[in-house]
Amino acid sequence: MPITYTSGEQVEVYRFSIPVTIGVPLLALFVQAFVPLRFPRFAVYVDLPLLVTIFFAMARRSPIAGLFTGAVIGLAQDMLGHNPIGVYGIAKTIVGYGASSLGVRLDVENAGARFLVTLGFYLVHSAVYFTVANVLVNMTQHWSFWHGLLAGLVNAFLGVLLYFFLDKFKQRT
Amino acid sequence: MESVLGRYRNLVILMGVLFLQVLGLAMQVKRGANEASDTRLIRIWAVGLLSPFERGLVWVEDSTGNIWHNYFYLRGVRAENRELKAQIEQMRLEQVRLTEDAAQAHRLQGLLAFKEQYVAKTVAAQVIGSSGSDSSRLVYIDKGSNSGLQRDMAVITADGIVGKVLMVYPSVSQVLLISDQSSGVGAILEKSRLQGVLRGTANGEIVLERVMSDEQVAPGETLRTSGGDQIFPKGLPVGTVTRVGAGKDLFLNIKIKPAANLSKLEEVLVLVEKQEKEPAAEAAVRVRAADILAQRLPSVPEKPADAAAGTTKAAVPSATAKPKAAGTPAVQGLKGAPTNALQSATTGLQGSKVVKPVSSPPKQKVSVAPSGESNPEGSQTAPSITEQKPANSPSIQPVPPADDSSPH
Repeated sequence: MPITYTSGEQVEVYRFSIPVTIGVPLLALFVQAFVPLRFPRFAVYVDLPLLVTIFFAMARRSPIAGLFTGAVIGLAQDMLGHNPIGVYGIAKTIVGYGASSLGVRLDVENAGARFLVTLGFYLVHSAVYFTVANVLVNMTQHWSFWHGLLAGLVNAFLGVLLYFFLDKFKQRT
Repeated sequence: MESVLGRYRNLVILMGVLFLQVLGLAMQVKRGANEASDTRLIRIWAVGLLSPFERGLVWVEDSTGNIWHNYFYLRGVRAENRELKAQIEQMRLEQVRLTEDAAQAHRLQGLLAFKEQYVAKTVAAQVIGSSGSDSSRLVYIDKGSNSGLQRDMAVITADGIVGKVLMVYPSVSQVLLISDQSSGVGAILEKSRLQGVLRGTANGEIVLERVMSDEQVAPGETLRTSGGDQIFPKGLPVGTVTRVGAGKDLFLNIKIKPAANLSKLEEVLVLVEKQEKEPAAEAAVRVRAADILAQRLPSVPEKPADAAAGTTKAAVPSATAKPKAAGTPAVQGLKGAPTNALQSATTGLQGSKVVKPVSSPPKQKVSVAPSGESNPEGSQTAPSITEQKPANSPSIQPVPPADDSSPH
């Protein structure tokens, strides 16, 4: 039975089947945990769970669904590390809310808009993560604008390709 | 009021979710990093959900790799085999020298009643996953409490140390790498003997902290574990100094390249058991060169009892004679060293004409120095048999360098 989130009036709202709703984030977490064993730089530059969060949030166009999607994926990502649970959770909750709110107002179906949205939300995610980690948890995180920008561009490029693939799983409401 | 909540419903829910997460974070931080038992259950769920897939993928990858390595990638094996054999010969010769050094070190440690930790038992494990995050440098291995793993066990490879076991689940464990910020390892510089604490940095580098800025540390110097952290036994390879600079608070900023390749870990060893031993000081004095030589020289067949009566004992001992006191730690080098090492040690003596161990006075220790050609450092010391003090003497004298008068 498909899960449906409808909140948009003018723009098209999509839904996803249960296997896709659960399987895609799970697969993203799995790839994120496994690939760095063979390609160590992957974890430095790529955040697949973030891309999946942005995609689902934009497609569903429901802020509440977006923030919960972000929270669940972020918390799951926190659980794989040894840092306190909630740092990624908070960052991805905000991104999920923001992406879905933006999805309601803008047409985020074309590649250029998706590239810019992903780049922007990657920077927002990094900023929130950095703030929470340093202020609330006392983790020492170094912020580098150029590193953030480079990683943002990598994620944006990868995101456009990934969204194109994930579009196939969209179901019209 | 109701209309306000309805109007800002999304925002209110966002604030509520964020508030809950901040509250959760605050509770975790307040309890402290070491008391993570309350968050353990949800971590078990997450790990339990992903580890079967990771395990499966590693298995498929290994199987494919094995087919390639075992059947297709045999080019150059013959040449490699030749090189390895030559390398083994070199290592055997080096082992003889190290055996002597180790025996002497054991005697000294025994005299000073030092206790040493030895690696008694290890469990091999395969790396199946990582945290997937740059801020949490850890890996998952496919062994857990079912295999006897516990928290704070050391994890190593043949090249050097890797990290320590952070969390243990039934069939999976979390290993904190030495490059993580929260990691700390007691380390000692091999030449200068300066001690410090090894830590990871936010950008994934490893630095040696707590070395005063007035000390001299050169790039290229190797680093070993000091044993001070009670996790890693002393003497395991850690890495090499790559850069030395001025740090803050009168300490040097020493960057380290880890000996183990932390970015491409596949198999690791978990030290599940350490043994503490106190070496004995008196052990080595009972080993005589005659006994060692006896293993190499042809034996004289024993005569019948009646024929042997009235005759003197054979000058050359039987080849089956064993060195005494073989079980003591001080002779572990000689006993524990494979027979090949002893064979190499006596290779120079085997064909020599002047072999008179039996002419040496009884109860005198005779040590065998390795052949000059075999010395990897290039010091030309001829094989020599040198007299040392009687067995009951506690003093230890180094073997004097051989001169021309040494028997060959």
